[in-house]
Amino acid sequence: MSAATHAQDHGHHDDHAHHPTGLKRWLFTTNHKDIGTLYLWFSLTMFFMGGVMALLLRAELFQPGLQLINPEFFNSLTTVHGLVMVFGAIMPAWVGFANWLIPMQIGAADMAFPRMNNWSFWLVVPAAILLVASFFVPGGAAASGWTLYPPLIIQQGISIDMTILAVHILGASSIMGSINIITTILNLRAPGMTLMKMPLFVWTWLITAYLLIAVMPVLAGAVTMLLTDRHFGTSFFNAAGGGDPTMFMHIFWFFGHPEVYIMILPAFGVVSAIIPAFARKPLFGYASMVYATASIAILSFIVWGHHMFTVGMPAAGNLFFMYATMLIAVPTGVKIFNWIATMWQGSMTFETPMLFSIGFICLFTIGGFSGLVLAITPVDITLHNTYYVVAHFHYVLVSGALFTLFAGAYFWIPKFTGKMYNESLGKLHFWLSVIGFNIAFFPQHFLGLAGMPRRIPDYALQFAEWNMWSTIGAFIFGFSQLLFLYNMIECIRSNRKAADNPWEGADTLEWTHLPSPAPYHSFETAPVVK
Amino acid sequence: MDAALADRNRQTMTKLLVIAVAMLGFGFAMVPMYRQICESLGITQTRVVGAANTQVDASRSVTVELLASSGGLPWRFEALEREVRLHPGQLVTVNYRVVNTLGRPVTAHAVMNAAPSNAGRYIEKQACFCFSNQSFAAGEERVMPVVFRVSPEAPRDMSTISLSYTFFEQPGGAS
Ligand code: HEM
Ligand SMILES: [Cu+2]
Repeated sequence: MSAATHAQDHGHHDDHAHHPTGLKRWLFTTNHKDIGTLYLWFSLTMFFMGGVMALLLRAELFQPGLQLINPEFFNSLTTVHGLVMVFGAIMPAWVGFANWLIPMQIGAADMAFPRMNNWSFWLVVPAAILLVASFFVPGGAAASGWTLYPPLIIQQGISIDMTILAVHILGASSIMGSINIITTILNLRAPGMTLMKMPLFVWTWLITAYLLIAVMPVLAGAVTMLLTDRHFGTSFFNAAGGGDPTMFMHIFWFFGHPEVYIMILPAFGVVSAIIPAFARKPLFGYASMVYATASIAILSFIVWGHHMFTVGMPAAGNLFFMYATMLIAVPTGVKIFNWIATMWQGSMTFETPMLFSIGFICLFTIGGFSGLVLAITPVDITLHNTYYVVAHFHYVLVSGALFTLFAGAYFWIPKFTGKMYNESLGKLHFWLSVIGFNIAFFPQHFLGLAGMPRRIPDYALQFAEWNMWSTIGAFIFGFSQLLFLYNMIECIRSNRKAADNPWEGADTLEWTHLPSPAPYHSFETAPVVK
Repeated sequence: MDAALADRNRQTMTKLLVIAVAMLGFGFAMVPMYRQICESLGITQTRVVGAANTQVDASRSVTVELLASSGGLPWRFEALEREVRLHPGQLVTVNYRVVNTLGRPVTAHAVMNAAPSNAGRYIEKQACFCFSNQSFAAGEERVMPVVFRVSPEAPRDMSTISLSYTFFEQPGGAS
């Protein structure tokens, strides 16, 4: 406690230090907390944009037949919804948390390269504008699906070039951000903060950042080849010129599968912080968590073929990718069991962050299991490109990544703002989300098993019933998210002062050594970790 | 931040940048690697199996005699082969020739006739000059194909079929 009081004095002192205000503060800021805030608000904005697109899609699918939008626009919405959610909502949100938390959790004053940090954020904004603006150019936004497969993508109009440029910019931003994060973690830890003492959120982000550095350049290469195929007469993927569209799939998924772990590993870190705090027990199996994360990351490079079981790979290839994919379930299972063991005989309470974390464990596990079903080559040959796949990846991404983002937001907002959120509203947000989510996505398993293809604006009559339920669930889920926005704004404006450590079981540096709200400059003199 | 630390940070950044650039190169290197691997494993050919016609009944043959009748129009009209022997289900192409000896442009339509009288329904044509009107300039000579098969459903005792065409002039049918 004395440490916190001391830091508070320090904080007050710092508040007098002059830094620019208004628009200039945000444009030129190099402060990790400011940049974290920018990332978080940006990703929330993109989340709502992507959400509106999703609801348009679901509204069209409410009944069979074409009612609201034409098929071309439907395809554009599917594509941009995917791109916006992956690159605009989930990834920047995790970078936002990384900026806020990593320096505080390792006892550093700021990120290693503060000016590059500013660049990383401000690059993301034009990229997002390019993506959204591509709806308004002739020919409409990219309609190839978020996987950008040729030959379709070679043929569409200028919007494809805008999309490719956006991907390039986002890639550059991610690489800069990752360099910053790795350097910060490796070089700026407080004395005594050995690698194996780091909070798991820091560990998962360290590994995520390495994944980003390894695969974002590969994606950049792939989209560059698309660009030269379109405009400079190369034939990387153009069969007429001796190229091979299947090769794009190999390159894309070499990026794509590690990418899905980029979106979920930080979530593992957040859950590993929240479960112990609310179970009031230390995390079970810390070291095994670190090793499991590393194994998942390494394995993620050799499983990309599970997205391509139907392209005609030799049987040996299909078998290799099948077994390699199933192998990933082992370290993932280790994590799930460790979280459950952490809760075992703990004195648990169920505040909103804990609810979202437990929701994550239950629903992410369902997504993991449907992944295992899809990993079985002969099964995937019938399920590939059906709604079963859509159900799978929404279970791992929405109830996986997004739920943990909410958990993290509720958990740390007292530290970010110094204010306490409204607990009943938080719980309401959780329950509406869980119920809406499951009504929206569980029936999609049935639709997929019954053979409904993904990415179609109209469907055969026998699919009508479950599509209706799915749309109802999607609207419940979508509108409940306004409650999250309200909760956050209400919390910031309220005068419910949060304690320095409002959570009994939280024991990382930002809770034990810093007041709430965390001062603008923290740990200018590094704490000593025992 | 002291100078030693700034130095260390720069070193870390350089190493990471090298990884990033190397991975960009790796992305492009996947192109020749992919070709090489596919070639050495012999999987460059897409494995399309079973594009063959599975409905050929090789256990029997049918003779189709090709006839051309000048009954409708007194020009030269003949089949290039006298007859073809084929298995039911097998797709064959035969050719007919017209020489317009009438000294004026003619538009005509060919009508098919088959014997025995129930054989017509077993002749399944995919392409035939009899599908539409044919126009000839004065003195024009043209070879025209018929692509057809005899249905595997044809009765077993139907071992010979006569296929005959007759042209009739289309009045006022220029073009
Ligand atoms: C036990 C772990 C997992 C296994 C075994 C697994 C397996 C699979 C398989 C086999 C597919 C291909 C299905 C098809 O297209 O036919 C797939 C698709 C997908 N998975 Fe997973 N998965 C796992 C975890 C995850 C996680 C953690 C995420 C993200 C956080 C994820 C995101 C996705 C996405 C986005 C797709 C669809 C990509 C597309 O075609 O658009 N998966 N998964
Ligand atoms: Cu995958």
